[in-house]
Amino acid sequence: MKDNKRVVIELQDVRRNFKVGSEVVHALRGISFKIYEGEFVTIMGTSGSGKSTLLNQLGCLDTPTSGEYYLDGTPVRKMKRSERAVLRNRKIGFVFQNYNLLPKTTAVENVELPLMYNTKYNAKQRREAAVKALQAVGLGERLEHKSNQMSGGQMQRVAIARALVNDPAVILADEATGNLDTRTSFEMLVLFQRLHKEGRTIIFVTHNPEIAQYSSRNIMLRDGKIREDQINENIQSAAEALAALPAPQDD
Amino acid sequence: MSFANLIRVAIMAILNNKIRTLLSMLGIIIGVAAVIIMMSIGQGSKMSIRQELSKMGTNLIIIRPGADMHGGVRQDPSAMQTLKVADYESIKNEAKLIRNVSPEVTSSGQVIYGANNTTTTVYGETPEYLDVKLWTLEDGDCFTPEDIKKSAKVCLVGRTIVEELFGDKNADCIGKTIRFKSIPLRIIGVLKSKGFNNWGMDQDNVIIAPYTTVMKRIAAQNYLSTINVSALSEEQSDACIDELKTILSRNHKIKEGMPEDFTIRSQQEMMETMSTTMDTITIILVVAAAFSLLVAGIGIMNIMLVSVTERTKEIGLRMSVGARGRDISRQFLVEAIMISLTGGLLGVIVGIGGATAASSMGLPCSVPLWSVVLSFTVCALIGLIFGFIPARKAARMDPIEAIRYE
Repeated sequence: MKDNKRVVIELQDVRRNFKVGSEVVHALRGISFKIYEGEFVTIMGTSGSGKSTLLNQLGCLDTPTSGEYYLDGTPVRKMKRSERAVLRNRKIGFVFQNYNLLPKTTAVENVELPLMYNTKYNAKQRREAAVKALQAVGLGERLEHKSNQMSGGQMQRVAIARALVNDPAVILADEATGNLDTRTSFEMLVLFQRLHKEGRTIIFVTHNPEIAQYSSRNIMLRDGKIREDQINENIQSAAEALAALPAPQDD
Repeated sequence: MSFANLIRVAIMAILNNKIRTLLSMLGIIIGVAAVIIMMSIGQGSKMSIRQELSKMGTNLIIIRPGADMHGGVRQDPSAMQTLKVADYESIKNEAKLIRNVSPEVTSSGQVIYGANNTTTTVYGETPEYLDVKLWTLEDGDCFTPEDIKKSAKVCLVGRTIVEELFGDKNADCIGKTIRFKSIPLRIIGVLKSKGFNNWGMDQDNVIIAPYTTVMKRIAAQNYLSTINVSALSEEQSDACIDELKTILSRNHKIKEGMPEDFTIRSQQEMMETMSTTMDTITIILVVAAAFSLLVAGIGIMNIMLVSVTERTKEIGLRMSVGARGRDISRQFLVEAIMISLTGGLLGVIVGIGGATAASSMGLPCSVPLWSVVLSFTVCALIGLIFGFIPARKAARMDPIEAIRYE
C-alpha cells in the first residue's frame, strides 16, 4: 500500500558528528528511513538519543555530515543556508514546545509570519490564508487576540495554524504538548489526529511514550541509531481519551 | 520580505520599545539640531556682516597711512603723517575709475551744548563723504566747497548727538552752536539714523565737519588720517586700487620694490576676510556638533546590539519559518535607519525652532536649506553604518541555537 504513496522524507544513512573540544561526538550514526505522505510519525527517544539532532536535520536547520536527506525529492545536504531557509519556508511547518509566538502581536499576524518571507503572497492573500488556518485550528473567533492574552492551549493552536499556513509538505512538532497540562495535551492530539485524517504528514518528536498510541507509526531512537520502527495498527482515538478524562475541577 | 513589510516590522519593533528608542534617538535629535543651529548662526552672521559692510559705503576703498619701520620699530599707523592733502587732490584730479573721494581727518573729544556734554568723534570731510559712506541728510543742508575753502565752523550731527545734547532725538537743533574742544560749530544739518553696527558701535554718535576746519582749527595737523574713495563699480574695484597705488607711489616717490607707506583696502577685501573668518568659526562649530552625531550613532549601534540579543528567539523563529540571513539583516538595518531618520527629522524641527528662537532673540540666524539636506543624509548614513554591525550579528545567528535561547 505504501509503495503507491509519495515519499515526503527520505534519509539515507544520515550521520552527524559534532566536535566538542578534541572529541568527536556521533549524534546520528547512520539513520535511514522513508516517510510517506499522510503518515503521522512519532519519533521517540530519551535525551541524548539524537532526536533533537534528527529534528534539526528533518527541519533543514542543519545538514548531515554524511549521507543524504531528500525533502519532498530535494537533496538537502549540499544546500546553502539561504536555500535551506527558502526550502523551510515552502515545505516545513514547525510547532515548538514553547509556542514561540511573537510578543505583543495578534494571532493573525503571527500566523502570517511565514508568508511574509514568500513574495508570492500579497497582503490580502496572506491575511486570507492566515484566517483560514486559524479557523482550521478552531480559533476563528480570536483572530485579533494578542499572544499575551491567550492561554497555553490557544497559543499552541496559533503555532499550529502558523505551521499550516504555507501548506507544508510536512509538519514538524517538537514536544508540542510538553508545556501543556493533560487535558490541553489531549486537545492538541485531537487536533493533530484531525490534521492527519485530512491527509497531512506529521512528524511528532517527543520523549513521552504515551503519544505513540495516537500516531500511525513510531520510530524509536537510541544512541543515534534507530532501535525500532513500527507501524501502529491500532491507533487510539485522542478524542475518546479526552472524553474519558475526569471533568476539570474548579478548586 | 517586501519593503513595505520591512517598514511595518520596523515600526512595530520601535513602538514596542518606545522609551528606549526615544532615548537613543535623543542623541541624534540633539546632534542634528546642534548642527543646524550652528550652521544657521554661521550663515546668519555672515549675511549680516556682509550687509553691514555694504552699508558702510558704495564700492568703498579706504586709504590709510602704512605702518612704517623706524629703526626696527613698527610705528602706529595712526601716528603716520604720510597722507597729505596733496594726495587727495591728485586722486581727485587724476583718478579715472573713482566716483567720489573724500579726505578724512578725525578728532575725538568732548562736545558741549549748554549744560550737556558727550564724548564723540568729529570727522573732517568733504561733502562727497555723504555719498561715499551712504549717509543721508534728514534735516538742513550739507556744507559746501565754499565752507571747505573758508574752514567754516559748521557741522552735521548724528541723532545720538542731538539726543545727548538737546535732550530729545527729534529736537530742532539747526542753527544751534555746539562746542567741540572749545571750538564753536554751528549745526547746519542732521544725519539720518544708521543705528548700531555689528560690532555694537553707535554709528549715530558722529559729527561731520569740513576737513579743513578739523585740520586747522581742531586737530591742528597738516596730514590726513584716511582717504575714502568710492570706485565706479564693484568690478572695477581692483583696477581702481591699482590706479590709486600708481598715483600715491608717484606722489610719495616710491620706486618699484620699495615698501609702500600707505595701505589700500577695499570693502570687497574686507568682506572676504570677514567671510573667511566666519567660515572658519562655522566649520569649527559644525565639526563639534558633528561629533555629537557620531556619539549618537554609537548610541544607536549600542541599542541595536542590545535589541538583537534580546530578540534572539524572535530571530530564531523567523529563520525557522524561512527568513534568510539577508531578510534578518535588512530588518535590523531598516530599524536602525528608521530610528536615525526619525531622530533626524525631529532634530531638523528642533534645529529650525532653535534657530528661529535665536533669531527672535536678536542673533543673526538663517537656516541654509543644504544644512537640512545634509543632516538628513548624514542621519541615513549613520543608521546604515551603525546598524550594519548589529544587523550582521543578527543575520549570522544559528537558527538552532537562536530558537532555544532563553
